[in-house]
Amino acid sequence: MADKKTIMRNRFVDENGIIFLDNVSMNYPEQGAPAIDNITLRVDRGEFVFITGDSGSGKSTMIKLLLRELVATSGNVYVNGYNTKKLRHGQIPKFRRSLGVVFQDFRLLKDRNVYENVAFAQRIIEVPGAQMRRNVPSILSMVGLAGKYKSDVRKLSGGEQQRVALARALINKPSILLADEPTGNLDPNNSWEIMSMIEEINEMGTTVVVVTHSPEIVNAMKKRVVTMRKGIIVSDEEEGLYINED
Amino acid sequence: MKISTFFYTLWQGVRNLFRNGWYSLASISTIAACLFLFGLFFSVVFNIRNILLTAEEAVSITVFFNEGVSDTRIAEIGDEIKGRVEVSEVVFHSDEEIWEEFGSTYYGPDYATGFPENPLEGDHNYEVFLSDVSMQDTLVNWLQNKSEVRKVNYSELTADTLTGVNSLIAYVSIAIIAILLAVSIFLISNTVRVGISVRAEEISIMKYVGATDFFVRAPFVLEGILIGLIGSVIPLLLIHELYDYVLSYVTDRFEILSSMLNFVSIEEIFHYLLPVTLIVGVGIGFIGSLATVRKHLRV
Repeated sequence: MADKKTIMRNRFVDENGIIFLDNVSMNYPEQGAPAIDNITLRVDRGEFVFITGDSGSGKSTMIKLLLRELVATSGNVYVNGYNTKKLRHGQIPKFRRSLGVVFQDFRLLKDRNVYENVAFAQRIIEVPGAQMRRNVPSILSMVGLAGKYKSDVRKLSGGEQQRVALARALINKPSILLADEPTGNLDPNNSWEIMSMIEEINEMGTTVVVVTHSPEIVNAMKKRVVTMRKGIIVSDEEEGLYINED
Repeated sequence: MKISTFFYTLWQGVRNLFRNGWYSLASISTIAACLFLFGLFFSVVFNIRNILLTAEEAVSITVFFNEGVSDTRIAEIGDEIKGRVEVSEVVFHSDEEIWEEFGSTYYGPDYATGFPENPLEGDHNYEVFLSDVSMQDTLVNWLQNKSEVRKVNYSELTADTLTGVNSLIAYVSIAIIAILLAVSIFLISNTVRVGISVRAEEISIMKYVGATDFFVRAPFVLEGILIGLIGSVIPLLLIHELYDYVLSYVTDRFEILSSMLNFVSIEEIFHYLLPVTLIVGVGIGFIGSLATVRKHLRV
């Protein structure tokens, strides 16, 4: 039976925080200093949060912890009511289906077309074919790719590939969207288009966590900004600005 | 799992085969080449074994009896010989029969002229064929210890040579088949590993999106099975087609061999080669892909 402290914490996470990092540290065996050093962070339902920081600050490690690609060395990571440390291998797919993920390098299935890439996310949750045939065109229209559903993803521009990735991340209506440097490979125009879409998604109620090192985007969007340095959170501000290391 | 998902994974497995055309071709070629060598060697060994077995079956020993041993006792000893594990067949030759055969061969139809009595009287004997030539010594010792037996004719050299060659062939063929299989497994699993490593990214994407291990693994494993199946059917077809051609070439070219050697039919060879090759091919494809995908599933 869970002790009182656990019950209280679970209630706290459930009522207030969709993401809760509770005194989390992450050590890589091959590295001396911890990648993440005893941080605590709460993200509420429907929030939009930028995680910023220079290379080696620990922001990518944080995304990996949220995705349960890594397990914290100490502390607990709660996402969507799951304590990721306690997830068994067989439970991870179900957990990840509650998240939408977008990466800097798009990570599309290169041998499939636009439609198949987006439909893949529906296939794994066994959405009936007829429903899938309605959902995929609908989400592709939302990201402005309705006319390109048959296109080979390798022949799309970077911006278009990222929209496909975004459509795939959103088609199962996740409660959280994790974006790891989503504009890192895009030109300014495409970057703004993608960020606008992500903002719209957030306005529809999806919690958004964006890892970025783009001061222009962070400063222009006026959202909550969590700044990391050497594995610790050095600043956490509502409508914050990008803080340069120097 | 829904039926649609089942068919989707099947379809993905088949598509993977064509999507990764060069990789599939390389894997199929490797499997086909290895199993072709294996099949070729198996066919040769099978034929050599058959020739040796035929030679062994022709090896016989002859048992002669002392004068005065009654026909009843000779018949009893005949039954005892038949009951021995070393024996496959026993043929009784009476002295009249022997004289008739010998006389007509060397003196013609009038062989009895000048021989009022059978000069080979008392030479009635048993011709004993062995089930296993390596057991000849045991049988000969047993026969020689019988007081009624006058003489046992046998060729130690023939038996020893056949036994020696037989053992040598058995050991060499086991060793070569084991080496060929080991090399095949190594080459094939390496090819599968390289192919799947190239697609490690694809596997990790599927895992990030929330695919279960089964969903990721099934198409790869099916692809491995299909590669193994095609890779084993090709050498089987080649061997099937080439075998009769090579055999007729050998018998036409070396006519003397065809009368001496008894070649095995392709049907007899395929009785063993077909299941072994299919099991090895499909098994390697299955296990190779399963083991390699497993490595990339820990994302």
